[in-house]
This record gives sequence, structure tokens and C-alpha cells, in this order.
Amino acid sequence: MSDDLTRLTASHLAGLLAAGEVSSVEATRAHLDRIEQVDGDLHAFLHIAGDAALRRAGEVDRLRADGADVGPLGGVPVAIKDVLCTKDMPSTAASRILEGWIPPYDATVVARLRSANLIPLGKTNMDEFAMGSSTEHSAFGPTHNPWDLDRIPGGSGGGSAAAVAAFEAPFALGSDTGGSIRQPAAVTGTVGVKPTYGGVSRYGAIALASSLDQVGPVSRTVLDAALLHDVIGGHDPHDSTSLDQLWPSFEQAARAGAENLDLRGIRVGVVRELSGEGFQTGVQQRFDEALALLASAGAEIVEVSAPHFEYAIAAYYLILPAEASSNLAKYDSVRFGLRVTPEGGGTVEQVMAASRGAGFGPEVKRRIILGTYALSAGYYDAYYGSAQKVRTLIQRDFDAAFGQVDVLVSPSAPTTAFKLGAKMDDPMAMYLNDITTIPANLAGIPGMGLPVGLAPEDGLPVGIQLMAPAREDARLYRVGAALEALLEDHWGHPLLDLLPADFGRHPAGADRIVPLPGPGTEPDGGTH
Amino acid sequence: MATAELLSFEEALAKYEPVLGFEVHVELSTKTKMFSAAPNAFGGAPNTFVAPVDLGLPGSLPVVNEQAVRYSISLGLALGCSIAETSRFHRKNYFYPDLAKNYQISQYDEPIAFDGEVEVELDDGTVYRIPIERAHMEEDAGKLTHVGGATGRIQGAEYSLVDYNRAGVPLVEIVTRPIYGAAERAPELARAYVATIRDIVRSLGVSDARMERGNLRCDANVSLRPHGAEKLGTRTETKNVNSLRSVERAVRYEIQRQAAILDAGGTIVQETRHWHEDTGTTSAGRPKSDADDYRYFPEPDLLPVVPSRELIAELRAALPESPTVFRRRLETEYGFTESEFRDLINANLLVELEQTVGAGAAPAQARKWWLGEILRIANSRGVEAGTLISPLHVSELIALVETGQLTDRLGRQVLEGVIAGEGSPDEVVKARGLAVVSDDSALLAAIDEALATQPDVLAKIRDGKVQAAGAVIGAVMKAMRGQADAARVRELVLERATSVG
Repeated sequence: MSDDLTRLTASHLAGLLAAGEVSSVEATRAHLDRIEQVDGDLHAFLHIAGDAALRRAGEVDRLRADGADVGPLGGVPVAIKDVLCTKDMPSTAASRILEGWIPPYDATVVARLRSANLIPLGKTNMDEFAMGSSTEHSAFGPTHNPWDLDRIPGGSGGGSAAAVAAFEAPFALGSDTGGSIRQPAAVTGTVGVKPTYGGVSRYGAIALASSLDQVGPVSRTVLDAALLHDVIGGHDPHDSTSLDQLWPSFEQAARAGAENLDLRGIRVGVVRELSGEGFQTGVQQRFDEALALLASAGAEIVEVSAPHFEYAIAAYYLILPAEASSNLAKYDSVRFGLRVTPEGGGTVEQVMAASRGAGFGPEVKRRIILGTYALSAGYYDAYYGSAQKVRTLIQRDFDAAFGQVDVLVSPSAPTTAFKLGAKMDDPMAMYLNDITTIPANLAGIPGMGLPVGLAPEDGLPVGIQLMAPAREDARLYRVGAALEALLEDHWGHPLLDLLPADFGRHPAGADRIVPLPGPGTEPDGGTH
Repeated sequence: MATAELLSFEEALAKYEPVLGFEVHVELSTKTKMFSAAPNAFGGAPNTFVAPVDLGLPGSLPVVNEQAVRYSISLGLALGCSIAETSRFHRKNYFYPDLAKNYQISQYDEPIAFDGEVEVELDDGTVYRIPIERAHMEEDAGKLTHVGGATGRIQGAEYSLVDYNRAGVPLVEIVTRPIYGAAERAPELARAYVATIRDIVRSLGVSDARMERGNLRCDANVSLRPHGAEKLGTRTETKNVNSLRSVERAVRYEIQRQAAILDAGGTIVQETRHWHEDTGTTSAGRPKSDADDYRYFPEPDLLPVVPSRELIAELRAALPESPTVFRRRLETEYGFTESEFRDLINANLLVELEQTVGAGAAPAQARKWWLGEILRIANSRGVEAGTLISPLHVSELIALVETGQLTDRLGRQVLEGVIAGEGSPDEVVKARGLAVVSDDSALLAAIDEALATQPDVLAKIRDGKVQAAGAVIGAVMKAMRGQADAARVRELVLERATSVG
């Protein structure tokens, strides 16, 4: 029973809860049991809510029994990335400097989860302050990929992605500054959405780079992502950059997409610059097959160029550290967080320096130093100023591309999950892993990652990224749900059914490799 | 600290031309802070007027206070500035514990108001036009208290306490361009400039502008150059000079100090200076260069401020007369002297006075009541006089006194009643039964009763000891419970003495 409940999608579980066939306490306990059973291997969670989750589940069950409307997701468990403030759980952004810190408020997205009667299971692991692509930069130890424990689960949101992939939670919240939702989704075989900038409140999300950060859903299906997005999205007066507009139902968009697999009239643009050199063979292969499926459903596949994407990583690694260097200045030990006093005491400056020296990990220090330098007098125009110009050019590239097509696609990440430790000594190699995801953050447009199979050479998940113009998140859900349905029709089951029960302790076997799409599905209009 | 060598003021001016510049910080009197919903209030236990934003807690985000923007635009307009179609907040980054985020949200190269001019009139009527470079919005810092040191400064302190109640209070910083040509009137002009800014913000109602509370703070820049020189001398910035008198003294001191250094062949260090009220001197603060690196960059948590043309037009239309124009009008229309006008400004009662006169009271009477009894009560309660009573009620009260229906003393009782919320002056008079007894027969009866107990009084009066009447007058006033015109009682007593005699 317990195991069965954890295998359900959020929408399926919500249906059983609404029908009274399952209680929220049962569903919550099943997930807590699953966490208990597997998280020793995975380390997806930094904090497990346990008793609080069961207590809240009991309350929601009673509300429902009393005839109250607990909402469409009432009683469904959810995991929360540790970058989000929760007033009943430590919120550390996986940093020593915030170890044990419990905020006096909930992030707006967390408050919305609670008022929708979702059950927070705990806080998930991440790279410290969301700086990284592997979750290895967590101050509290890395998370392991459930497809292969020796591999990274992606980052920074590796904890949320691994938890969802390993059935520890039906879905989770993540945050995406340069791919921290989409890249982990790609390497764990899950779905992740970075909404339009301003579509979801950042209030209570511990800031990395304010102009790039966006909170979004992590799930096993497109529909579940849509359901969660509907709960957390919408205007928040506490976030000045939040868009003041009404959004369509993403759930309806996802349902419409899954029901209508006729994609005639949909133009899909393949970004020329996001393929070829540096992209793993099996990644490219599965990506191409997904395009073929879209074409077979009637979509028109065209190639588009985004000539300025080659500068995206350079611009990103100036803007992000610049904003981060300022956002992270508040961690000075004066009001909260770790305090280290030098031997024999010290001035406030010395205490600040010692606390920051002990409390921040090496990647955080690297980026603070980079950003401080980029903003310095005499360098601002050359670095931060130029990076902002690149950002404008990338936005124009997107504008031009969306003049020709409805959605843009690329592989979600250039490779499948790499081995833990493989890139820890080479920050540039780590940074390059986000080449596909960063442009969407720089332009503020929405992006979705979803699984398209396992790479033949290593049996590890491969993801496709869909991108739409700003405010057109619904388009992603429609096309994404259609592609997901086409893929699952083709496979005969969800990709995660292939997740090895032993988390890949044994070498990858042929039985884990997904059959290629059969003959006759090649696109005739494909031009890439 | 060593006392600096000073050149006499006259000699300093004979050799050098002083150039001034001012940065005046005005705390806006909005209900809440610049970027949070915490109260913007003076006093309060430390760290009680704070929201997550003011403490720089992780995840918190600033939201611009709309009222502060409106106030800033009004102030910019009153300073003759252009209002930017779009202006932006920047982050000014530096580590200091009174700054919770370790950056200040301020405005940098896109201030909300720029290119203005303010007319400043000295006591003898000389007018200077002070060029305003900009007025920009920012947030105030918290307050540090250094404990254990001898000087109260951070150097030598054992520990420091920080109170974030003031952190995030909305500020407008008004920056002048260099001010030339003041010569020996530089100290006077400094004082008059700050006083003018104070009058302007008070007339706008955008700040309490109480210098002793730090609502209005002045940094005074002074440099000297030899007469005829083109190039500006090196300047010093004397920080937080917090009274008008100190502004004048600090500028005079810096002119004399710098002149002595230059005269001895020395050079001026570009630095901040601390003003010492007790000794009337300044001392070196921190070195200040034009290239202090605050790593400014646009605040990504906030959108640009884009006030509509309609809003600017609305605020422009609502601007009160400038204090200078208002003062000239009051001086001619009401015949007030400079010092009478100052008192009204200081008590923040200009608007009340004008409205009271507008409701029919004589200007002198209106001034007398507002600056007398009403201000006394306000001061004893620690509130603004203007909040106690409406100008209309004051003018009604004055009318009752002027027509003899109330004595001054009864008038003060009626005032108390109105302030206590008992109604209009007429209602208080009726409710308390305070009207003057003007019926002579009632007074005469009371006089006779008093004379009966003091039979020798009339004889004394007839012997020329007129002051003896006082005892009878006092007794009559007491019997009438004060509701009699003492002067009339006196007349009647004297008449009775002569008629009986």
C-alpha cells in the first residue's frame, strides 16, 4: 500500500484523496516511510518535517471529513527546496552560514502551498545559495542521482529533482536562476518548469541573483507541474517584480495538450547554436527522436538561429556574481546566522570577515569575489555594463525567433548526469553545463524540461527543453503535455518506470535502455 | 584633541574665496518606511519598528512607498527641480552594521528630481539663488550606540548596540551645486539655506523637519581658493551639523581653519569632519575621495519609478506658496515682523494661522492665540499645536473674546474645553456656563455683599488708597466664579466709593 501511494502522480493521488479512497495521513506516511527507506542513499532532504507533516495531514483529513473544500490538491504531500523560507523549518540555502536558521515568515509560494492544503514533507538539498549544477556544493553533503548513486542529480535543485524521481515526494518546489530546475530535471528523468520572470513571487526565496531567480515546480508529469504552478503563481504585492496580471489555468493547458495530440499548425524552432559540439551523442539522438515524434504529430520543425547565445554564459557569469555579491552581503553575523569571533575578540569588521570566511563555501566565495570585481569602479562598464548589453541582444534573438515559431526547443543539458566529483576542480566545465538553460533566464522567458528517454551509451535520462515567449507559459504546458503523451504512448509507460530499484548500484544494463522510436516516425519536414 | 590653528575670519576672507556646498537629508513623515510596512515613527523601544526588510532578513524584498514618492516629487517641485520621467534605485554597497543589508538602496545617476534653484533671503533682505543639482530618494540607516569608549565613537568602544527603528525611514537628499560669491556672508548664508529648506519641507508637510531629532541633517562642504583662482580648492565635508546655529558656526570655523593651513603653505585633506557642539570645532573623520567605490548597480528588486504626467501636474497644482513668498505676503498683509514670522515657522503654524485669519480673525489675535496658549498646551503634551484645535474654532474663540462675551481668562477655559473635545467654542460656553456676566445689577449686588464684609475699603479708597479696591474685586470675581469682566467690576467699585462719599 505504502509503496503504491508513492508511485502515484500528484493528480492521481489528489483524485483518490478527493474520493475518500486514501487519507492524507496515509499518503503522507507513505512518503515519509519512503524517505526513511531511501534517503540514506540519496540525501535529497536536509530537513524532514515528519510529525508536523502528519499532524497537518490529519488536520486536512478532518477538514475534508467535515465537508470543507480543501482544494484540488488538498492533502497531497510536497517537498520544498531549502532556498525557500519556511517559518516552521530551518531555511539554510544549504549554507553553513544559515545553519539552523528558522525565518519568522513563509515565502509567498510556501504560504500558497499551505493555504492550498498541501503537506510540506521537508526541505530539499541544493548547491549552497543555489550556486552550482551538481548539488555537490551543498555545505551538508551532496545528493546522489537515483538513476546511479555515483552520479550527480544536477543542480542547484538536485534535492528536489532526486526526491521526485525517487518517489520520496510526488512533486516539489525548485528555483531556477540559470537552469537549477531544468537541468536537474534532465538528469533525473523528471519534469521542471522555470516560469516567466515575475510569474511566481520571489518573496521569501533566498536571493541568488534577483533579476534571474524564479521559483517553479518540479514533478514527474507535465500535468502535476501545471497543478503546482497554478497554486504558487500569480501577482504578489510583496514582490515588486511580480507581474500584475491574470494567468490562464496551466492545468487546463496541460489537459488540453494531452488530449489533443494533433500538433498541426504548431511551429517548433530548433536553436542551431544549442546542438552539435559539446553535446553528448545519446543526448542529441534522443532529442532528435523527440523532434521526429513532434513532427509525426503534425508539428512543423524549423531551424532558427540565436547568434548571441554564444555570449550568454559570459554575460551570465558577470550578472549573477555581481547581484549575488550584493545579495549575500547581509550574511555578516550581526543579526542572524553563524558568528565566528577571532581568538581574543575583534572589531565588527574582523568578526564579519571571520564569519563569512567560515560560513561560505569555496564556490560562494569565488562568485562573491567575481561579482565584487565586476562591479568595481573602472570595471563596471566593461563587465556588468557589457553583460547587460548582451542580455538585451539575447532578448532580441528570442524576439526574432518567436517571430517565426511558437516554441523553441533544445536539449535541456548537453550531457547526461556526470560522475560526482568529475567537475569539482573545473568551475568552467561546471558552468558550461548550463549553456542550454541560461538564455531563458537572461531573457526572462519560461522554459520547461521533460524527459525524452535514456541515452543509449550510459542508460541515463535525457531531457528536452521547451521555451516560449514571456507570459506564454501555458503554451509550454500544452505542447509539453502533448509531447509527454506521445513519448509515453511510444514507450508504453512513463520513463521513471525504468528507474532501477537499487539506484544503479550495478553497472548499467541493456534492460535500462529505451527502444528507439520505430521506423515510420521520421519527420518528413525535419530540416535540422 | 589638539586645537587647530585658526586665521581670523576677516583675514581668511581677505585672502580666500569660500565655496560652499550642502547635502541636506530630509526624513519624510510618511506613516510607513521607504520599503517596508514598518511604522516610520520616532522613539519606541529599540528594534520594535522593524519588518524583515529593515533587518535585511534572507528572502525579504523591498516595495517602494508610494507616499514617499509623492512627497519626493512635491519637494523636488518646490525646489524648482525637473522631475525625471523615469528614475531608478541603485544599490550603494558597503559593509557597516547600521546597514542591515550591507547596501543602501539609494538613487545614483537617475534621481527623481534634478536641476533646481532655491531663493534664500538673509536677514537684511539680500537674496541668493542657490543652484540645486538633485534631490534623490533613499533609505535611512539604523542607529549605532558605542558603549565603553571615552568618546562615544566606535574607536575605543567595548561594544556597540544597534537599533534598526530608523533603518529604512524614507529620506530625500538635496544636493546643491557649488555656491560661489557668498564671501563674508558664507556662514550666514549656510544657516539661511538650511532654514529655507526646513521652511519648504514644513510648508509642504512632508517632514517634521525637527533638526534636534535628526529629521533634517546637514552636511556642509567648504573649500577655499585664492581670490581670482579658477580651480576649486580641496573641500572638507562636515557631517551631521544638527542646528541652524551650528551650521553657521561650522562653516565659519572651517573657513578659518582651512585658511590657516593654506596660509602656512599646507594642503587641505579631502575628508569628512565631525562637528563638536561643545567646543565649536571640527575634527578629522574619514578620508573621502571622489572615487569611493560603492559598486553602485541598479537595484534589481525594484522597478524604475515612472510618475505619470498627471500625477506631477496634480502635485504641482497642490504646492503651497513658497515660504519666501508666503512670508513676504504675511509681512505686508499682516504686518508681522521677521521674528514673529520665525516663531510661526518654528511652531509649524503657518497654515493654521492663514486659515484662522481666513475665517475672520485679526492676524495679531490669531498669532497671539496660536503662539500663546495653544502652543503652551501643545508643548506640555509633546504634540504639534496644529493637531489640537481647528483654525475655525480658534477664530470663533477670538470673536467671542473680541466682542467681550469672554474675558481672556474665560477664553482660555473655553479653549481647554474645545481641546478636550467638548465641542465648538459656543457649545463649550453654553455647556460650562462661562459667558461673562455683563449685567451691572448682578455685579453691584455682589459688590455690596463684598463691601459688607470689608466695610473699611470704601474709606480707604476715598483716602486715595485706590489699590484697596483689589480685595473687593477679588471677592466679587470669586463670587461670580470668574465670569465677570474685572475691569468693569473695578469701575463699579470706584463709582460706589465716590457716590457713597
